[in-house]
Amino acid sequence: MIAELGRFLLALALALSVLQMMGGWRASGATATLAGKVSANAAYAALVSVVIAFALLIVLFLQSDFSVAYVAGHSHVDKPLFYKIAAAWGGHEGSMLLWCSLLVGVGAALAKFALNHDVSLKFRAVSIQGGLQILFLAFAAFTSNPFDRLVDIPVQGADLNPILQDPALAIHPPTLYIGYVGLSAAFSLAVAGLIEGRGGAAIAAALRPWALFAWSALTGGIALGAWWAYYELGWGGWWFWDPVENASFMPWLIAAALIHSAIATEKSGNFAGWTCFLAIMAFSLSTLGAFLVRSGVLTSVHAFALDPERGLWILAIMTIIAGGGLALFALRSGKLGSGSGFSLSSREAFIGANNLLLVTVAGTVLFGTLYPLISGALGDTGISVGAAYFNFTAAPFLAALLILLPLAPFLPWRKQGFNRRLAMRSAVWILAGVLAGIWALILGATPIAVGAAAFAGWTLAGIAADVWHHRVIVGMASRFSLAGRVLAHAGVAAIALGAVADSTGRPETVRALAVGETLEANGFMLTLDAVQRADGPNYLADEARIGVTGRSLTELRPQRRFYTAGETTTREVAIRSGVGGDLYVSLGEPRTRDDGVIAYEVRASFNPMVWLLGLGAMLIALGGLTAFVGNVAAARRRQ
Amino acid sequence: MRARSQRMIMVAIAALVLIGAIGLALIAMRDAVILFYSPTEIADAPPALGERIRIGGLVEEGSVVRPADGGADFRVTDGVGTIHVTYDGSLPDLFREGQGVVAEGAFHSPDTFTATTVLAKHDETYMPPEVAEALREGDVWQGESDE
Repeated sequence: MIAELGRFLLALALALSVLQMMGGWRASGATATLAGKVSANAAYAALVSVVIAFALLIVLFLQSDFSVAYVAGHSHVDKPLFYKIAAAWGGHEGSMLLWCSLLVGVGAALAKFALNHDVSLKFRAVSIQGGLQILFLAFAAFTSNPFDRLVDIPVQGADLNPILQDPALAIHPPTLYIGYVGLSAAFSLAVAGLIEGRGGAAIAAALRPWALFAWSALTGGIALGAWWAYYELGWGGWWFWDPVENASFMPWLIAAALIHSAIATEKSGNFAGWTCFLAIMAFSLSTLGAFLVRSGVLTSVHAFALDPERGLWILAIMTIIAGGGLALFALRSGKLGSGSGFSLSSREAFIGANNLLLVTVAGTVLFGTLYPLISGALGDTGISVGAAYFNFTAAPFLAALLILLPLAPFLPWRKQGFNRRLAMRSAVWILAGVLAGIWALILGATPIAVGAAAFAGWTLAGIAADVWHHRVIVGMASRFSLAGRVLAHAGVAAIALGAVADSTGRPETVRALAVGETLEANGFMLTLDAVQRADGPNYLADEARIGVTGRSLTELRPQRRFYTAGETTTREVAIRSGVGGDLYVSLGEPRTRDDGVIAYEVRASFNPMVWLLGLGAMLIALGGLTAFVGNVAAARRRQ
Repeated sequence: MRARSQRMIMVAIAALVLIGAIGLALIAMRDAVILFYSPTEIADAPPALGERIRIGGLVEEGSVVRPADGGADFRVTDGVGTIHVTYDGSLPDLFREGQGVVAEGAFHSPDTFTATTVLAKHDETYMPPEVAEALREGDVWQGESDE
């Protein structure tokens, strides 16, 4: 019964989205009318339907109702309660329902909060959003319905892939999806603005808070995924340039460009067409990400299932979104109006440079990600593009970004901005850069890493000067916008430093240890003291007790788990974090030596200053949210 | 007139950056592309010694030897050809006999593939596309849902 109700609510949300789209379309162009009320209420009702549908799916998991195909495929009676709930979005069908719920949520939020001073533009956007909801709800209802029943009902269920049974991974997809789907608001507002023939400044002002919020969530989602990969996959890495990681990185880059160009457009009307173009591209790339993850066309550690049919559906949806948006852009961008023009060393010029660099990186990542598909279509199958490509192409542009970043806040809008004071100020930053370079040199970094550290030092010094100058000396009006800018910029520099430090790490040590034996890794002596059983609710486990001596005394307890339902083995790494970095130990399989002694494979590595990466991601997300709050508060005051 | 020349400079800078990016991408792609070979293809046209490639297929039943000091020796098959693989790293947790596997490395001698990375399939419903393709060509493929 519950599953049938869920199906019904999904279909109801689809029907309400149609109402939302049609009502919104009628309501725009006129002053607030009945059609507007109908549209807004349809959007709210659709949100209620999908939320209840999603709650029902969770109920099905809690009841372990294996007559539902999706539950049978992703749950198990013995699974802990938390992961029964998280499994509701752990597989394809459930995550599509989550995607749809968020999309409908954005529609309702647009109807409630957006542009209450420009109702015509607001309802045009609500209507466009309704169209997006129809596309994805139809996809979920007709090809990926999580409420489909099974004919042969299994007794136990197949269980969720054990490596997905993890707290970080339970919240990673929702956070990431808030980011992906949040960008749909910027898309809808940009498209609505183009249809309505609004000026660039109005469109940019309308979409900026939505883009800021979505971008912050996207940052958090990507960071959670990287963190999960670091401690759960047991490889010690945090970024692999895997197609699915790239799929989230591209919309992040484009959205980062968007939130910058929108500032310039709002301020002086410059980059009006470009801002709309970025808004369209950001959500199109989000959809491309969904396609890459779902279709299994690329070899990826994340591929959910090999299902080309669903892939084609998403490809069709993406074509409608990107093609429609860009066609409209080509037809209507003339109405956006042109900006005031600006000098080569003005704030606008630097925002333009920021955009050029971010979009260039996104372009090279896109090329590298899709290259296997392109060459596959040309008959050369089975090519993969190594991480070296991405490191080589992204690094120079990201370095250029770091160099220009601290200068921009000191430049005036429109006017020429380089003067002797700025030159003297930045001379101090150069000194900081040199010091950072020397620090990296002492750590034993490669020449490229030394250069990157120097750039990051320069950037951090410049950011500090930004705080000092604009807060203490000038007394900049908006604390939020200064704080947001400084936090996010410092986060970028922290990530650059973290990546540099990480690249100086030595390769891992792998040895087979019997109880009582010792291995040496980066100055630490690791002794296997004992191996004991540590079974959990739905797995069996060996737990090693590894005594660490060297720079500090501690005990690490990595585990090797065997999940009985799916017959899969995973490892739980043990990490001892410190200011200097992480001692990272994982337990491999046991082997019997010729003399009958059992030896366990132990992998140990020391990863320098990994915390910088986490700190950087947190600062960026926090900076985005701060700017979002400031932006919303400023908009409230203006009304 | 001044605004116009400034616009020209900006366009020129943008063009330079884009040309640089395309150049970098093409150069990087030459070295970073890794070709995939099935065991049959290796039998037909072996790659050069030392060339970095990927191979894939099923881990042959009964072929896995696990020395006590770590690493593994095993054979990868697609039903027609077979490759002997030696690997001294840590095997992935999902590595099992009869399951799909992708190995990256090189032939340092004509009959032994020295792997630097071994990737096993990630979950029950997933098979690397290249492996599925290789198996289909080797007639070992059992269809989409043979679990």
